[in-house]
Amino acid sequence: MASGIKDKVAILGMGCSKFGERWDCDAEDLIVEAYQEAMIDAGIETSQIDAAWFATAIEEVHVGKSGVPLSVALRLPNIPVTRVENFCASGTEAFRGAVYAVASGAADIALALGVEKLKDTGYGGLPQRGAGPLNDMIRNNGSAPGGFAQLATAYSQKHGVDMETVKKAIGTISVKSHANGAKNPKAHLQKAVALETVLNAPMIAAPLGLFDCCGVSDGSAAAIVTTPEIAKSLGKHELITVKALQLAVSNGQESGHNSWDGSYFLTTRKAAERAYKEAGIEKPRDQISMFECHDCFSITEMVTMEDLYISNEGEAWRDVLDGFYNADGQVPCQIDGGLKCFGHPIGASGLRMLYEMYGQLLGRAGERQLKDPTFGMTHNLGGQPHQNVSSVAIIGRDGA
Amino acid sequence: MVGITAYGGYVPRRRLPRSVIVEANGWFNSALKGYSKGERSMCNWDEDALTMAVEASRDCLDQSRPDDIKAIYLASTTLPFTDRQNSGILGTALNLGQNMMTMDITSSQRAATSGLINALNVAKGMGGSALFATGEHRRSQTANNNEMMYGDGGAALLLGNDEIVAEYIGAGQIAVDFVDHYRGQNADFDYNWEERWIRDEGFMKIVPDAVQAALDNTGISADEVDHFVMPGTIRNIAAMVGKRCGINTEAARDNLHGVMGEAGTSHSLVMLVDCLQEAKPGQVIMVIGWGQGCDALVFRATDKLPTMANRKGIKGHLAHRKEETNYNKFLAFNGLVQQDGGLRSETDKQTALTTLYRNKEMVIGFVGGKCEQCGTVQFPKSRICVNPNCGAINTQENHKMAETSATIQSWTADNLTYAPDPPHHFGMVNFSEGGRMMADFTDVDEGGVAVGDEFRMVFRIKAADEKRGFNKYFWKAAPKVQAS
Repeated sequence: MASGIKDKVAILGMGCSKFGERWDCDAEDLIVEAYQEAMIDAGIETSQIDAAWFATAIEEVHVGKSGVPLSVALRLPNIPVTRVENFCASGTEAFRGAVYAVASGAADIALALGVEKLKDTGYGGLPQRGAGPLNDMIRNNGSAPGGFAQLATAYSQKHGVDMETVKKAIGTISVKSHANGAKNPKAHLQKAVALETVLNAPMIAAPLGLFDCCGVSDGSAAAIVTTPEIAKSLGKHELITVKALQLAVSNGQESGHNSWDGSYFLTTRKAAERAYKEAGIEKPRDQISMFECHDCFSITEMVTMEDLYISNEGEAWRDVLDGFYNADGQVPCQIDGGLKCFGHPIGASGLRMLYEMYGQLLGRAGERQLKDPTFGMTHNLGGQPHQNVSSVAIIGRDGA
Repeated sequence: MVGITAYGGYVPRRRLPRSVIVEANGWFNSALKGYSKGERSMCNWDEDALTMAVEASRDCLDQSRPDDIKAIYLASTTLPFTDRQNSGILGTALNLGQNMMTMDITSSQRAATSGLINALNVAKGMGGSALFATGEHRRSQTANNNEMMYGDGGAALLLGNDEIVAEYIGAGQIAVDFVDHYRGQNADFDYNWEERWIRDEGFMKIVPDAVQAALDNTGISADEVDHFVMPGTIRNIAAMVGKRCGINTEAARDNLHGVMGEAGTSHSLVMLVDCLQEAKPGQVIMVIGWGQGCDALVFRATDKLPTMANRKGIKGHLAHRKEETNYNKFLAFNGLVQQDGGLRSETDKQTALTTLYRNKEMVIGFVGGKCEQCGTVQFPKSRICVNPNCGAINTQENHKMAETSATIQSWTADNLTYAPDPPHHFGMVNFSEGGRMMADFTDVDEGGVAVGDEFRMVFRIKAADEKRGFNKYFWKAAPKVQAS
């Protein structure tokens, strides 16, 4: 059994651009915005970075392929720059690359930066793109909300929760995220909404309405990581360390074998189980202080609350309606507004979540600061419910 | 003895009431008002002559795939490809193998009947079975009379020398370059001449000659004809022609104008199948094909005809009906209006022909895999078994999945994705023999889909590559059609 990543790597600094419809920005502007904040936080110079991991998912609508766009934008001194892409988990993948480089001793200080400039397509929602010549012949037509909407029909069927209750619960999730986003000056959407507005919004893909879908945004986020020893030598005293970093990827079972019922994420459960083991967390519902899950759609968040073992299976809707995940609840979820309101520039999203958890752990979250958090968890889900990648990361106070 | 050993039919589910066309276009062409009774069939956006021929053939073959089929014929004047053999696609879609003759027959409204005479003669000499399919997707200019008269549909006949349900007795053929209408090489629509001339100089003079030739060739007398199957959009034309030929007035078959319109080349066989669905053993059926001359074929129903009762045929498909009152949908589905598909529709739809060739059984024939080790059926067929408890390598045999029932596990109605008929319905379907896929749905209505519904797979246009004139085909899930 591998010894795991726990407490081997510390976060030296983080940065995050303002998310939103950044009509005045190219990807380069967003990259530099996040990078500058992270470097000031870390208190280092560019020349101190040994290696970089660059995340972007839909590169064809902005920077193109390879590590070159990051190296050029930041004028990195010819260090190794690796571009990673793993759907919506791309940002967390960049973080994983940087953290593993430090843990292995290959790098003293490494940068992970994710960016996505999505608002140059001329239409809302995610850009249209192919999946290769064979997949394009046999794959269904359908949008992202169309794929995720089916979680709702399958969940409702499996747990005997009527669709009206499901709609109310997922609507309440969006209301909660909007309330949180309203307190976040970097969020794409900073306006609270009423449940009635959510429930009466235009239908995007039944049963998901407009407010059940997250924002599609421009943005960038960055992390600089090093060893706890180096962090201390650079004058950092209150260390936030990595407790767990896990990734689980579908192998075709959900999409091709009749054992999966469509109501949950097989991969998230596996990644969560491994992450809790790696972090030494036995009772996540009691021990996780807060988390950011991949709320691309409200139903994704509700199902994920169960797949991360915070809510019992078939009961997340009840926890949601009870306010368990609200800012003043037992385990606040999406305290920064989540993908729903902070926004979802794909390559940046995993790092944006870590940015919020890191800020909360350091007491920097301003108006939305939670009281004495110990562990913050992040979760990404990329692809579709029936075929996806799922990442789970846990960070926390050093020694916790 | 050679003849028809099985039949099948197809009519698209959507029916456009003619009153809807009159409402839209009567202001411009007031003559349309005289035709406002009844309704016409119309293809869904993802249907064409080929997909209808596939459906009619599936109905005809009724899940069996006889191993003695030596030829596949496809007759139509509206085939999706001018230079790519359409009957070859039909054969691949039906998984009939490749050791056979395939042939497209086209260029005349008489293509189906002339082709059928030839196919019967070949089947008689060659032995074995032949599949004769036809489909017609008729386009016409808006506000043109043809819009009122035409309909879409298809039919299929299995021909052979054993287990015959309708014996082929013989035929008469007349070739006359009588041009009542034409459609040139690059023209989109038919160009018609005056109806009264067509009636008096065409139907009334040329058809009787063909009928007489058929009677002479078969030794059947005119009053022995129990069913006179003669398409024609001119009112009462079959009865008038029949009377001139000495055929009993009541033998003239309904031309289905009231319920579907005329499906071009296919219509003689559409009407024949409709007739076979109610004919009695021993009855004599004469089938007329009209177009630059005339064909007259004579059949006699045998006592095996009742074995066909489980076919949906034309009657079953006519009963599977949805009224479409949105004339703009008819225009859009037939490419008769410039529609803004939005930026999302602008993706390139090029087909990699190398990829298609490697995977033709999967894509066109809907063939998956079955693991020989654990028995798990899976789509797509893959090198390593998907069963988490198996994982055997290179153990999968081809497994035909098109005829297995598909049960809906989850679904949605998607308003965001580009679709020609939004909202786009799709969902996870589980196949009755195992295996599953996230499948596009077709022929469904909003509010008409539920978890647990049993659908069947249908061969349809997945997307049209308009830039290159290439229809991409794949399989979708659709509600089942009941037998008649």
